[in-house]
Amino acid sequence: MKGGAEKVELPQNRQSHDRQAEIWACLQGVMDPELDESVTDLNFVAKADVDSENRVYIEFRLPTYWCAANFSFLMADDMRRVVSALDWVKGVSVVLGEHMYADKINAGLAKGLSFQETFGVEADGNLDDLRQTFLVKAYQRRQVALLNHLLGVGHSPETIVALTLMELGCLPVDDEGGKLVRRYLERRAVVGPLRADEPAFVDAEGARLKTDGFAAYVSGLRRVCVNAEFNGALCRGLLSVRFDLETPFVPKSKASSKTPDSQHVP
Amino acid sequence: MYRTAKGEEIFVIDGHTHFWDGSPANQKNIHGKQFIECFYAYHSNLSPPSEKWEKEKFEKYDAKTMFDDLFVTGYDDMAILQPTYLTDFYKNGFNTTERNSAMKKNHPDRFILNGAFDPRDGTKGLEDLHALSEKHKLKGVKLYTAEWRGESKGYTLSDKASYKYLEAAQKLGIKNIHVHKGPTILPLNRDAFDVADIDDVATSFQDLNFIVEHCGLPRLDDFCWIATQETNVYAGLAVALPFIHSRPGYFAHVISELLFWVGPDKILYGSDYAIWTPKWLIDKFMAFEIPADVTKETGSVLSMETKTKILGLNAARLYGIDVEAQKKKIKAGGGYAHLPEAVHAPR
Repeated sequence: MKGGAEKVELPQNRQSHDRQAEIWACLQGVMDPELDESVTDLNFVAKADVDSENRVYIEFRLPTYWCAANFSFLMADDMRRVVSALDWVKGVSVVLGEHMYADKINAGLAKGLSFQETFGVEADGNLDDLRQTFLVKAYQRRQVALLNHLLGVGHSPETIVALTLMELGCLPVDDEGGKLVRRYLERRAVVGPLRADEPAFVDAEGARLKTDGFAAYVSGLRRVCVNAEFNGALCRGLLSVRFDLETPFVPKSKASSKTPDSQHVP
Repeated sequence: MYRTAKGEEIFVIDGHTHFWDGSPANQKNIHGKQFIECFYAYHSNLSPPSEKWEKEKFEKYDAKTMFDDLFVTGYDDMAILQPTYLTDFYKNGFNTTERNSAMKKNHPDRFILNGAFDPRDGTKGLEDLHALSEKHKLKGVKLYTAEWRGESKGYTLSDKASYKYLEAAQKLGIKNIHVHKGPTILPLNRDAFDVADIDDVATSFQDLNFIVEHCGLPRLDDFCWIATQETNVYAGLAVALPFIHSRPGYFAHVISELLFWVGPDKILYGSDYAIWTPKWLIDKFMAFEIPADVTKETGSVLSMETKTKILGLNAARLYGIDVEAQKKKIKAGGGYAHLPEAVHAPR
């Protein structure tokens, strides 16, 4: 792919580059549900190619052979969905490599089956509850990051709990704060309606935070963060060891980049 | 035995060790290969470079290597042998009670030999547990709820069958139930690392102790919550501790959360040998202090008293070890002969 990026480029090649970049940009939005980090930032995606007929081939692998089947399936399914949503895409193949359930998951994905259909008696329902649980955890993690930031720059708990969603959106913040607000708002709908006059900060049940017990609430959320950061560190480490050892994998130029979309636009 | 600069002696019980055979000759299938490779990835990823082993040695090491790593080079005074059968992956099992018992037989004052059971083994399994307990005078078992058994990919502790086994354990005087979770809990659509079943059995079996290995990672948040609710739930530090080298900042957070929620009397050191070795883990642990900003958040401090509890006194309490008497036995057997004289001289 990159080898074709000469100074004089055929229009067809350029189009192919653009399309591949578009795929990577889509995949950037797919999260590991447990870590709340992008599958591309985590380096899970080993390959995302487009052929001349606009069919997409994605290969991914995980930090261990034993990674939970449900999360593996969720990520594969999400990748398939976001890429299929591109209007020019004529078909998507997502393949999971070197995993205890690789055969089963790959067969299920190829046939477009649901998780329950793929696993039959080994599952007793769909993944909706699980997905919701981890969306709430992601919400809490993003919330406490933002709360710590706001407290750190001098906002009092009283001001913070009084904010509406609209007021939060208009709050003057620095770049770091702006990023945290954006990330928080992306998940705010998980726990309650997004109307402008709704309180900006609510708990997992959708109730407005109170000044009373605010510190205890924030320290309670800390555990969720420690957990996620710990997992993230472990997953990155295991993935790098696993694939440096066994399957020398030469990453495309995206490996060192956090923004594959910009990397892949020629 | 760890000796501080001031000359204090710290008695160390390693809560989590294995004498395994993961060699290709013993592997039954691809899963056996992947299992030991996953362990090796943990080892390579979290060990300091100077402590890394060659893969071949890691797959299968001999009894002398283990003894030296724990008790001569390392600071362990005693170690608990925790079995992991994995008979679907390994021809002779990975790390069975039988295999571990060879270590115990040669060094009876140094090892605590734990057994195992699997509630899917039915009546036969209960009989085996009785026999195993009688033969080895078991005080503890290690359960691996994600173990594959034929078509089955795991079980939960709150299953009816598990209750039968826990009742049997209770009658046999097996008080310490070490639980390790893995990712293949059924049904597969649920959270594979969910610790709710530990909550359930800890409530139902108040006089058993449940030591959750790897402190419930990757569900530290849920684990801390149940451990706060249940007085008989403990945290095993294996896997969390090695982060002290590669990511001391994370380790500080984990240990301070555990101290805050679970408390200093319910945390147990474990090297998870041979994934990691005691020498470097304890050197780093003894030198470790929780950074001021983390202490400010949680109020947790890793005092010398707390370190002493985590490294040995908590496990001694659970396993009924009289530390002073045990030291004398080990000394009489020449177990401290390699240490500088002052370490075990009368003070």
